[in-house]
Amino acid sequence: MSAITREDVAHLARLAHIRMDEQELDKMSGELAVIMDAVAAVSEVAGDDVPPTSHPIPLTNVFREDEPGEMLSQEQALAMAPEAEDGQFRVPAILEGE
Amino acid sequence: MTAVTDEVLTFDEAMAEFDPVLGFEVHVELNTKTKMFSSAANAFGDVPNTNVTEVDLGLPGVLPVVNGKAVEYAIKLGLALNCQIAETCGFARKNYFYPDTPKNFQTSQYDDPIAHDGWLDVELEDGTVFRVEIERAHMEEDAGKLTHVGGASGRIQDAAHSLVDYNRAGVPLIEIVTKPIAGVGERAPELARAYVTAVRDIVKNLGISDARMERGNVRCDANVSLMPKGTAAFGTRTETKNVNSTRAVAHAVTYEIQRQAAILKAGGSIVQETRHWHEDTRTTTSGRPKSDADDYRYFPEPDLVPIVTTPEWIEELRAQLPEPPAERRKRLKADWGFSDEEFRDVVNAGVLDEIADTIAAGSTAAAARKWWMGEIARLANVEGKDIPELGVSPADVVEVEALIAEKTINDKIAKQVLGFVAAGEGSPRAIVEARSLAVVSDDGALTTAVQDAIAQNPGVVEKIRGGKLQAIGALIGPVMKATRGQADAGRVREIVMEQLGITE
Repeated sequence: MSAITREDVAHLARLAHIRMDEQELDKMSGELAVIMDAVAAVSEVAGDDVPPTSHPIPLTNVFREDEPGEMLSQEQALAMAPEAEDGQFRVPAILEGE
Repeated sequence: MTAVTDEVLTFDEAMAEFDPVLGFEVHVELNTKTKMFSSAANAFGDVPNTNVTEVDLGLPGVLPVVNGKAVEYAIKLGLALNCQIAETCGFARKNYFYPDTPKNFQTSQYDDPIAHDGWLDVELEDGTVFRVEIERAHMEEDAGKLTHVGGASGRIQDAAHSLVDYNRAGVPLIEIVTKPIAGVGERAPELARAYVTAVRDIVKNLGISDARMERGNVRCDANVSLMPKGTAAFGTRTETKNVNSTRAVAHAVTYEIQRQAAILKAGGSIVQETRHWHEDTRTTTSGRPKSDADDYRYFPEPDLVPIVTTPEWIEELRAQLPEPPAERRKRLKADWGFSDEEFRDVVNAGVLDEIADTIAAGSTAAAARKWWMGEIARLANVEGKDIPELGVSPADVVEVEALIAEKTINDKIAKQVLGFVAAGEGSPRAIVEARSLAVVSDDGALTTAVQDAIAQNPGVVEKIRGGKLQAIGALIGPVMKATRGQADAGRVREIVMEQLGITE
């Protein structure tokens, strides 16, 4: 039985800025619990001798030379801005604590 | 918004009842040519939103690639801080929504920082050495720059809207986190300043950062908590964000100690929160409640593979480390021939590098010390800035020295010139030209002024003729006045003697 609660889902939704109604919260907490249980089953098989894996490909140290490359122009950068002003992205007032 | 003034105890009252526990998070911006995860230029002061690529703007489908140089710099800094270097480490996503972070997450390191468990010996003003334990140093990226528009004060609370420049987004950062620092007592503010200064000196010495605090290259978040004297359980802490000079760090720690002490003494409790630092009033105000690490929903960055360090690589980098600042100080003190006190003053004023660079550019040790610890220190004090942040460079000082040596200006005018340099008017030579500050050594003009002074001061002339040569000073004054202080005093004296027909 998974430990994920309806409150957890509501909290995560708030953090992720996703609006969810009551029905969706019910549905999602149930579905997430199933996923959590499935992952928990994998954990049972992977004992302490198996290091946690975040990447399935056996690659390390993929680095780039510290040499400047091609950049966007200001016009290109701002072409995707909903609003722009003085060469900058214009965003709504940011309220403290939001 | 009306400023709310918090109750505070005096620092001595606070210290009588409480022991402070400190902790610092110092962010260092690296001076690599490119960003942490993209090949966009890492440069300060460019036209907004021109040093950006698709990666920095967080456009869909882009892939970051790690800047190898930044990893080397992180390892070097870890070694300089006496840290263990992780055999393997990786990046993680720290998720939050804020317009300065267009990806909606910051690429950082979470439970496997590249460097951990180190220490730094910090020298206090009287030479006492205090060891600060380093918990970790990890790699991450900077955010863009927000400008709040509208409202009277330009403050975030009053803004109608904000503008974002992403040139700084993705600039490589290393965050250095200390373990809790207890047992420093009333010297907490002094230690705070000394620690940040020591970190700044190390990254500058390593050549991995421009280390200019006024530009935000080195930024400090100061954690402060109090515990009643004689107890050992840490109190609730606050984190004062973005304190951007070494002096301000000391002030911020002092203020938080005084504020928290007043609350605790009155039986209240401290709210765990971030605090904003206000340089103008030297106070802090409440920011946001501190998020739990859980709320950032860290998870391993799937687009970046792990970093593996070999002993060979680490030793190769260790061999490249410059002489550590503490050893360098010992050597310079001997080279320059300064007394213990003179040298300590120089170190405490934070102008060791400035003086070293000034001497390297051709000045004598005595002259370099005279200017940096004299007029430049005075100007910085008036401006309420640290000396290196005033805007006067070693090259400026060498130029001033040259102008004096060639008798273009005298010491008095040199001081004015340094003031104009600090005000951003240009190089000393350009300022002397633009403001017509060259001393008057044109004998014609000086002779006329001397003759006027002689005519107007018959009593003084009599004394001089009677053998009282020190009375000549009384004539130099009026000549200086007539030439707006630009006369060469030595030459004026000679002309007075010539005019009166006296020899020494």
